[in-house]
Amino acid sequence: MEQRLEVSLTVNGAAQRVTVPSRRLLSDLLRHDLRLTGTHVGCEHGVCGACTVLLDGRPVRSCLILAATADGSEVTTVEGLPGLHSSDPDGTQDATGSPPMHPVQQAFRECHALQCGFCTPGFLTTITAYLAEHPHPTAEEAREAVAGNLCRCTGYQNIVAAVLRAAELVRVPQ
Amino acid sequence: MKPSPFTYHRPTTVDDALLTLAQVGAHGKVLAGGQSLLPILSMRLAAPEHLVDVNRLAELDYVRAEPDGVRVGALARHATVERDGPAAAVQPLLRQGLALVAHPTIRNRGTTVGSLAHADPSGELTAVLALTGGRVTVASSTRRRDVPASEFFLGPLESAVRPGELAVEAFFPALPPRSGTAFVEVSRRHGDYAVAGVAAIVTLGTDGSVSSARTAYISCSPVPVVVDVTTSAPAAPGGSWDGAADLALTRLDLEDDIHATASYRGHLARVLTARALDQAHAAATGWEA
Repeated sequence: MEQRLEVSLTVNGAAQRVTVPSRRLLSDLLRHDLRLTGTHVGCEHGVCGACTVLLDGRPVRSCLILAATADGSEVTTVEGLPGLHSSDPDGTQDATGSPPMHPVQQAFRECHALQCGFCTPGFLTTITAYLAEHPHPTAEEAREAVAGNLCRCTGYQNIVAAVLRAAELVRVPQ
Repeated sequence: MKPSPFTYHRPTTVDDALLTLAQVGAHGKVLAGGQSLLPILSMRLAAPEHLVDVNRLAELDYVRAEPDGVRVGALARHATVERDGPAAAVQPLLRQGLALVAHPTIRNRGTTVGSLAHADPSGELTAVLALTGGRVTVASSTRRRDVPASEFFLGPLESAVRPGELAVEAFFPALPPRSGTAFVEVSRRHGDYAVAGVAAIVTLGTDGSVSSARTAYISCSPVPVVVDVTTSAPAAPGGSWDGAADLALTRLDLEDDIHATASYRGHLARVLTARALDQAHAAATGWEA
């Protein structure tokens, strides 16, 4: 009989408690148990960065952390990014009828920094954490900041542009 | 790409962890940052029956910079050690090596001591420990022992940590006065495993001439090799380290693999040796007490 464990954690501000097999990965807890499928799983061994989430505020590969290890932690996924920046996280819609976006998401839209979108959640979480510590990146630093995330569509130029644009948007109060 | 089933243990004190490790013995594996272990489990290259998660052992979450060197507890993440200013002042090679470990996101979770216990021949920290002449403290439920770097790495992915033991601390000795360090490497992709990497420490005498010059290598041998090239040092800063690089190359037993031929790896090792020594020499020349 496979061991099962109770895991309690806060995901995007909401307390969650689930019972999972001890071998459950954090990425699978988010996607399968909590149905938060914004976190994407690409390589599942830590190379591609698509599954990056914020664990207690720091970007980590959710495929390289056991759900059991994350017990008691605070997790932010791509679904929770708007709530990180907005004073109204429950989402009154903006004038265009779209749900509110985090400045990094806004910058990705403005700069056309995504094509197929598979890698995007990992970029968004990584860049959000990066800008919190480095609000004034140069183009070179912006490129370094996303070096741990793979994108097979864009060629990265527009992603680097989006990091710089997001830095502007984060600095300007919404 | 999912781990096979295991029994998970999460002790909250070192004593409890050591008791659990003693019970599970050879069927157990320590889980710290997991940045190397989780891929191995997910690819089912290993299937331990018991995982002992040490992430709650808060007493091992420390970086202590002291005059004689830097003590790093088993739960200190790479990112924490890398950002520690006093640690970088006592032994700058530590930060230089850590900056080359994968990407920041991996360094947020991976632990410095775990990286040593993993003993990957391409792991930067193995060369840092070997070149600085450091040691690892290993504990079991019945004893503690200090293992010098020269005896800690037994082979690829094989360290001196035995079943039932936990590597609790790594010690990196302080950089001597009038010394400089450098760590350079070449990898196929930014942040990926190095095809070859070289760490160097150069120490000057009071007259400004080189009194010691040594290098250590990653991805060039099953365990980190340390080479003393003092006899081939140039007379003055800015002079050529090519002779030292040639000497070092004779000490490496390079092999072909899927990433590079032995000949290409030798070329990299030679170029990187001269580059690392040159940088370390310049840093030593600018050394200030």
